[in-house]
Amino acid sequence: MAFQVSLGDDAAAVDSPTKIELKHVNFFYGGFQGLRDISLTIPEKQVTAFIGPSGCGKSTLLRTLNRMYSLYPGQRAEGEILFNGKNILDAKQDLNALRGAIGMVFQKPTPFPMSIYDNIAFGVKLYENLSKSDMDDRVEWALNKAALWNEAKDKLTQSGLSLSGGQQQRLCIARGIAVKPEVLLLDEPTSALDPISTARIEELVSELRNDYTIVMVTHNMQQAARVSQHTAYMYLGELIEFTPTAQIFVKPKDRRTEDYITGRFG
Amino acid sequence: MSAKDLASNPIYKRRLWVNRINMAMSFVTMAIGMAFLTWILITLFGKGFAAFGTALFTQMTPPPGAAGGLANAIFGSMMIVGAAIFIATPIGIMTGIYLAEVGQNSTVAKLTRFINDILLSAPSIVIGLFVYAVIVAQVKHYSGWAGAVALAIIAVPVVVRTTETMLLLVPNSMREAAVALGAPQWRVVTMVTLRAVKGGVVTGVLLALARISGETAPLLFTALNNQFWSADMSGPMANLPVVIFQFAMSPYEEWQQLAWGGALLITLAVLVLNILARVVFRQKTN
Repeated sequence: MAFQVSLGDDAAAVDSPTKIELKHVNFFYGGFQGLRDISLTIPEKQVTAFIGPSGCGKSTLLRTLNRMYSLYPGQRAEGEILFNGKNILDAKQDLNALRGAIGMVFQKPTPFPMSIYDNIAFGVKLYENLSKSDMDDRVEWALNKAALWNEAKDKLTQSGLSLSGGQQQRLCIARGIAVKPEVLLLDEPTSALDPISTARIEELVSELRNDYTIVMVTHNMQQAARVSQHTAYMYLGELIEFTPTAQIFVKPKDRRTEDYITGRFG
Repeated sequence: MSAKDLASNPIYKRRLWVNRINMAMSFVTMAIGMAFLTWILITLFGKGFAAFGTALFTQMTPPPGAAGGLANAIFGSMMIVGAAIFIATPIGIMTGIYLAEVGQNSTVAKLTRFINDILLSAPSIVIGLFVYAVIVAQVKHYSGWAGAVALAIIAVPVVVRTTETMLLLVPNSMREAAVALGAPQWRVVTMVTLRAVKGGVVTGVLLALARISGETAPLLFTALNNQFWSADMSGPMANLPVVIFQFAMSPYEEWQQLAWGGALLITLAVLVLNILARVVFRQKTN
């Protein structure tokens, strides 16, 4: 193999309760089918990675988990996605409540045009009426969790846009955590960042796993190997293989997975 | 290919000439535009500057043959234009939000956009006549309010267009990020997207202000004119464009002089508004 695999905590990969269960999920962009009959279970308080070539549907799959696609008419999902036992694809699902429980961080850092403090308070205010001092505590807590407190504590009133790219991405993670969701979706969170910022975010993800269920899309196979306990390999809208990360990189079951992770894939 | 070969390459030589010709043509067009603008400004300053003095700002419009100023017209213009912008801004911004964030490609939004484009290029005299028929003819007298409504109708499409254009510049990822936190749409718009482009939206309002401050035709049919100081928006009101129109057409030299002064005043006001708009836009977008 071309790269060294340093696999995470193998023991953790076994036996964890299911947080999200997908049953026969199909997804359509108008007439084009983006996902075909996806079934998988996402374990609680673990990192699950989706890998695969561009256009394979890994981001699409991630965006079904918080119904992000519902913003766009013409996009629809079929099947069942059970979150805490309830089908979130149900038309009656309260989308804002769902997104409060399942947070998301995007590929490009997206700080809001307001101060660092307000960036974090924005989400919290949607759900809680906190006193000034409680809000201060929450902001500090979230920035600490996202390993940004030391760099940001003296400029909380400055614009979120004044931070560097890596810091902005950690601010977005802090913003997502501040709401206290159960699940955090990360859509290629480091693809726009330099290697040092990437390493920091990866460390952060490993730590956040203690408190949150994390689902992460990544282009980078080493990253999946480093931070995830479970990996799903997708190709052309299909789920080819879903196994503990330790297994998929050492002895993949499917020939197509092996071709992809060893770089033979065209 | 070396530099020497390039000089004798016919394709390269042709490209060079095409470039020169195009550069020359665009320069000539620019020069023609600039020449007329400078000519207008020089005439305006030459004839209008003489009228500038304290009397211009403190005295009322005079009867024929007497000296006076434009105080009542300046004040009336500020009242009417201010009221018009006050009416037009919320309507324009809300419509812009509807088009960019809510309606998007729906039939209602497309229709609204189409009507807005027509309004944007509607001759202002038509709008003046419309307000005359709908308001002035109904209440049976001219009024500052009627003038404000006519100017507001002209300002609304400008504000709608800039608000929509600005909101469309907000990357979708920003919208998605706010939605991903569970924010309802009204919060996403007021707290995130509109905030991201507030400089652009303010610029749009300022440009609309500049656009309506020189409009004459709609005011002729609505606010008309008033020789005296009046702060009563429900009666006829003096205003700069109509005074300029009336005075410039008169045979009296004092009146003509004041018309030039008023024209220069409006031009300077528009210039200041445009500069302000640029400054605001530059600051808020950085």
